[in-house]
Amino acid sequence: MNAPIKFYQTGTFTVGNRLLSPEQRAVQASPERSNALNSGHRACQGCGEALGARYAVDAAMRATDGELIAANATGCLEVFSTPYPETSWQLPWIHSLFGNTAAVGTGIAAAMKVKGKLGTRVIAQGGDGGTTDIGFGCLSGMFERNDDVLYICYDNEAYMNTGVQRSSATPYAARTATTMAVGSEPGATFGQGKNLPMIAMAHQIPYVATATVADLHDLEAKVEKAMSVHGARYLHVLVPCPLGWGSASHDTIRLARLACETGVFPVFEAEHGEVTSVSKIRHRVPVEEYLKPQKRFAHLFGANGHPDMLAKIQADADRNIRRFGLVDEVAA
Amino acid sequence: MLQIRIHGRGGQGVVSAAEMLSVAAFEQGRHAQAFPSFGSERTGAPVVAFCRIDDREIRLREPILAPDVLIVQDPTLLHQVDVFQGLQPDGYVLINSKRSFDELGLADIATRFRHERLITVPASEIALKHLGRPLPNAVLLGGFAALSGLVSLDAVAHAIREKFSGKVAQGNVDAASEAFEVVKNEMAELAHAQTD
Amino acid sequence: MLKQTEGSHAVAEAVALCRPEVICAYPISPQTHIVEGLGELVKSGALTPCEFINVESEFAAMSVAIGASAAGARAYTATASQGLLFMAEAVFNASGLGLPIVMTVANRAIGAPINIWNDHSDSMSQRDCGWLQLFAENNQEALDLHIQAFKLAEELSMPVMVCMDGFILTHAYERIDMPTQAEVDAFLPPYEPRQVLDPAEPVSIGAMVGPEAFMEVRYLAHAKQNQALLRIPQIADEFARRFGRASGGLVRPYRCEDAETIVIALGSVIGTLKDTIDDLRAGGMKIGVLGIQSFRPFPLAAVRAALQGAKRVVVLEKSFCVGLGGIVSTDVRMALSGMQLHGYTVIAGLGGRAITKASLARTLTEAAADKLQPLTFMDLDWPLVNRQLEREARMRRSGPIAENLLRDVGTVASKVI
Repeated sequence: MNAPIKFYQTGTFTVGNRLLSPEQRAVQASPERSNALNSGHRACQGCGEALGARYAVDAAMRATDGELIAANATGCLEVFSTPYPETSWQLPWIHSLFGNTAAVGTGIAAAMKVKGKLGTRVIAQGGDGGTTDIGFGCLSGMFERNDDVLYICYDNEAYMNTGVQRSSATPYAARTATTMAVGSEPGATFGQGKNLPMIAMAHQIPYVATATVADLHDLEAKVEKAMSVHGARYLHVLVPCPLGWGSASHDTIRLARLACETGVFPVFEAEHGEVTSVSKIRHRVPVEEYLKPQKRFAHLFGANGHPDMLAKIQADADRNIRRFGLVDEVAA
Repeated sequence: MLQIRIHGRGGQGVVSAAEMLSVAAFEQGRHAQAFPSFGSERTGAPVVAFCRIDDREIRLREPILAPDVLIVQDPTLLHQVDVFQGLQPDGYVLINSKRSFDELGLADIATRFRHERLITVPASEIALKHLGRPLPNAVLLGGFAALSGLVSLDAVAHAIREKFSGKVAQGNVDAASEAFEVVKNEMAELAHAQTD
Repeated sequence: MLKQTEGSHAVAEAVALCRPEVICAYPISPQTHIVEGLGELVKSGALTPCEFINVESEFAAMSVAIGASAAGARAYTATASQGLLFMAEAVFNASGLGLPIVMTVANRAIGAPINIWNDHSDSMSQRDCGWLQLFAENNQEALDLHIQAFKLAEELSMPVMVCMDGFILTHAYERIDMPTQAEVDAFLPPYEPRQVLDPAEPVSIGAMVGPEAFMEVRYLAHAKQNQALLRIPQIADEFARRFGRASGGLVRPYRCEDAETIVIALGSVIGTLKDTIDDLRAGGMKIGVLGIQSFRPFPLAAVRAALQGAKRVVVLEKSFCVGLGGIVSTDVRMALSGMQLHGYTVIAGLGGRAITKASLARTLTEAAADKLQPLTFMDLDWPLVNRQLEREARMRRSGPIAENLLRDVGTVASKVI
């Protein structure tokens, strides 16, 4: 599947598989999908990570004909998918520690290579905490060695499993348990956050991409693309967390879409350090539309609001749009 | 058990000297143990290495406090470190220097030991001639072979060839052989001087 | 084949003979020569098939080994001191998951103060993690133990640490007998995992286990170590039959049969002790040394049996339990419960301080006369220590301890020992 078919429908967000030919339909549309993250797991209602993981791993399973091994960091995904004595995973899966997932992936890939099992591929997955903070060293090492691992980061922008503490991926102004909405500058105030996709690009690895749970086809295509090459690959998926973001459980996909449409979360692909494609914003919206449905940004609004902080968020979104060329001049 | 202590400075191959000595002893069918005394590695800092040779398994691991043999690769150490500490009364001393024991200001110390076992040899100069670099470690082992007869020159040459290769190995073997001759001659002169 | 070579090279060669499939290494003194040696063997093609991975930290090293081992590959790494601590989380993870990784620990002191020389504080810090811990008396045993370690680890599905004294063994040239590939192959079969990540038979490894089963899982680790108490001597016997020499096992007594005083120790100091014991015996003292080769599992029964006829036990250790006293001696005490014995703990050689025959002879003579304190620090410079304590009592801003002591000690380079 070379050119993703873009859909633009008003009034509904259905994916519309029935309008595509069978081979262009989403992996999720098929009853033959591996359902690698099986039902029965304990994720919250509306969990973006559960959705993202199911989408991504099923796509990877199809791309590898089921010859896939997964390493998983400690975090929400690991905890809700393996409540003792049950497991939701239908592929070989290992959870080691919080900060070493990329290295465990390296080890599995090395084992496959030494045993001549070149068709068996490896994914390593974790949340933003396990990737941008405690797992950063191992991740960078894996990138630098160009180990044959696809690392997928499900970014819900905080340490959700332990009670919503800030991570280096927590966006500016967001309320978390360790960046409370109090004082003169409420919420997270550390710069603009650690941009892992760009750091991944700086390692010149074969493939880096960002995606969200709002665009299933795009996410699946990127996983497939990633699995079609060898070496270190990185996929950063925005996955809203209703509990941590203070949003309605039915808003998960909508918020992910708004993150893209505001320019807050640029969606792009890069190879060997150069951006190769971006997902253009069809209908640009101001950041307020994205922020208002999330209680973690509630302190920015209202009588005691912080228009200056709002303005900064908007300015950052504007910069993303400029930097990645997310809006076509003509369309705007 | 024979205990050899080698003094020098970082970068002069003191540790390699002890290792080669142990390999030479092994060549001759004996047990040998070589190990360094570690300080933070730094070119120019005083370094000590040890070698034990015996005909049975060597179990002792302590640093050599009472050496039977002292090899000093760098004479500038002589008045900085107490290299003679613990040296046995019958001990052998081989110092890398053009000058004699007296000229080195060691006449007093020399009286405590057997003077025919105290030899200096210009190892750095010999090395310069055969290697183009003043690296005295393997050279001194050739001198030691002559001084003590406790390792053979052949075994020393074998050890050198195990550690080095090509021209470097040959150069070291030649230099060690020359040092062997120089020391042999010096010993003969000393013996003559005594009988005179 | 007999060789005269450096301890680390001997270990590298022996590990290579065990056909490791994934080696991951991060440099730290004094283990670097081991992994450098292995790296060269892999790069030159002499050791194949094998993946040699230069990782970015010790934590990564153990993590890569975990991934590789879980995926069915024979995995090996080496570390020491700070490196072992840095990977501590992963060390517990490996034994908790039951992965048969073999790791060399080139025993080195743990800072602060930073110290690159030998003592046993590093492996001792991990004594409760579930890894088996074997100690080598000399370089021959060091290389032999690695061969035995892979067999032991894979049979039990538990990781094994082979401990050898940093610098004293790793950097010492000694005569060793290197086995042939055929001999090792006959002794060590290919790795057959108990659990493996295999798409043909998917399993989930590493699930959370709550109060309902955690105790049972941990007990099973203990049960495996109890199995090891039986297997270790059996493997050592098989090794002796195939390779023609005694190596490994649980304990090794030397002149203990009629000994009134028995000294217990781990690692290379056993060699120096043997020489000391011979001297003391020649002077009429009834003394022997019991070397412990397997520290985990701790051979309670074997130690107890060896000490049956003795009047006193002196535990000489290069380890230290701050605030209590000895680490090894505490374990030994457990073996002797109920027995009437004088027990002495001698802490020696911390941070690489040389343990001399003279000091040992003096200390053991005092012990034999029951004139020794229950806890002593061999060759401790008491004036130095007291000066510092006085300094601290006198002023608040007394400065960094290490700096003060070093200033008192003077220029280290001008000393021979």
